[in-house]
Amino acid sequence: MEGNIAQLGQYIGAGLAAIGSGVAAVGVGNVAGNFLSGALRNPSAAAGQTATLFIGIAFAEALGIFAFLVSLLLMFAV
Amino acid sequence: MASDTEKETGLVFHPMQQFEVSPLFGDGPVHWYTPTNVTLWMAIAVLAITALMVLGTRGRAIVPNRLQSVAELAYGMIHKMVEDVAGKDGLKYFPYIMTLFMFIVFGNMLGLLPKSFTVTSHVAVTGVLALAVFISVTTIGFLKNGTAFLGLFWVTSAPLVLRPVLALIELISYFVRPVSHSVRLAGNMMAGHAVIKVFAGFSAIAVISPLSILAVTAMFGLELLVAFIQAYVFTILTCVYLKDALHPSH
Repeated sequence: MEGNIAQLGQYIGAGLAAIGSGVAAVGVGNVAGNFLSGALRNPSAAAGQTATLFIGIAFAEALGIFAFLVSLLLMFAV
Repeated sequence: MASDTEKETGLVFHPMQQFEVSPLFGDGPVHWYTPTNVTLWMAIAVLAITALMVLGTRGRAIVPNRLQSVAELAYGMIHKMVEDVAGKDGLKYFPYIMTLFMFIVFGNMLGLLPKSFTVTSHVAVTGVLALAVFISVTTIGFLKNGTAFLGLFWVTSAPLVLRPVLALIELISYFVRPVSHSVRLAGNMMAGHAVIKVFAGFSAIAVISPLSILAVTAMFGLELLVAFIQAYVFTILTCVYLKDALHPSH
């Protein structure tokens, strides 16, 4: 179990950065849930908006990806 | 590192082992020209796409058979997407976008076969795809609009005081596009396939709990969906970037 304090900080930091991925999941769920509630109110307009849905999900997910990237960088690159 | 954790955890296989790049012949070092499993699975993807699109549409039947229906569905879906998102003048770039979609969807799906290698799980592969899109879209933007392309960063609908701040934010978000574009695909593929491997490890206790077989089947179904959706998302984002390049005004 030997190791240095910098490595400990690296691993703790990577774990903390991984929280961001979970928060991005909340964002993606928010986008999808709001789309669904809107689509149920006006189903005829829903089909034309699926592209917007995916773009919205992609943008919400992008910030989670940055958190994931920070986590990866801390684990393997620092 | 993988062998250490194997000994410690006692797993029969390591979930990340499937992403190792190894030469096809022998155990030598991997150079840029070495044929590896990445090369093999990329070649298989290209052959499978050729088989689907060329052989599938060879009959040109009025009532299509199954293979032709799949080829026509894929073509129609991407054609409609480019037309809807990027506009009529974006259709000029449809062949490239179709190629991107087919390569990514086949890379993702072939990676779900047992013992296979997921080409799109490496940032090196998706990074090249995303950079190609980024560079070509930026070039198209400047060629089509000249310096008016920079209007993409100058939000005229915002108050004048805010515009420099917004320009900085827009500039940053423009340059992180290839990063999020590539890491989204690679991260989803890597995580999904590792999860399948972990769930497959649970099937060792299938005698005690048959539920583990059900769990890995359900995960596999989810991953089939994710494999398709991530290819779709990559393609639709390409169309959005293309639209920004063709019509930079907000």
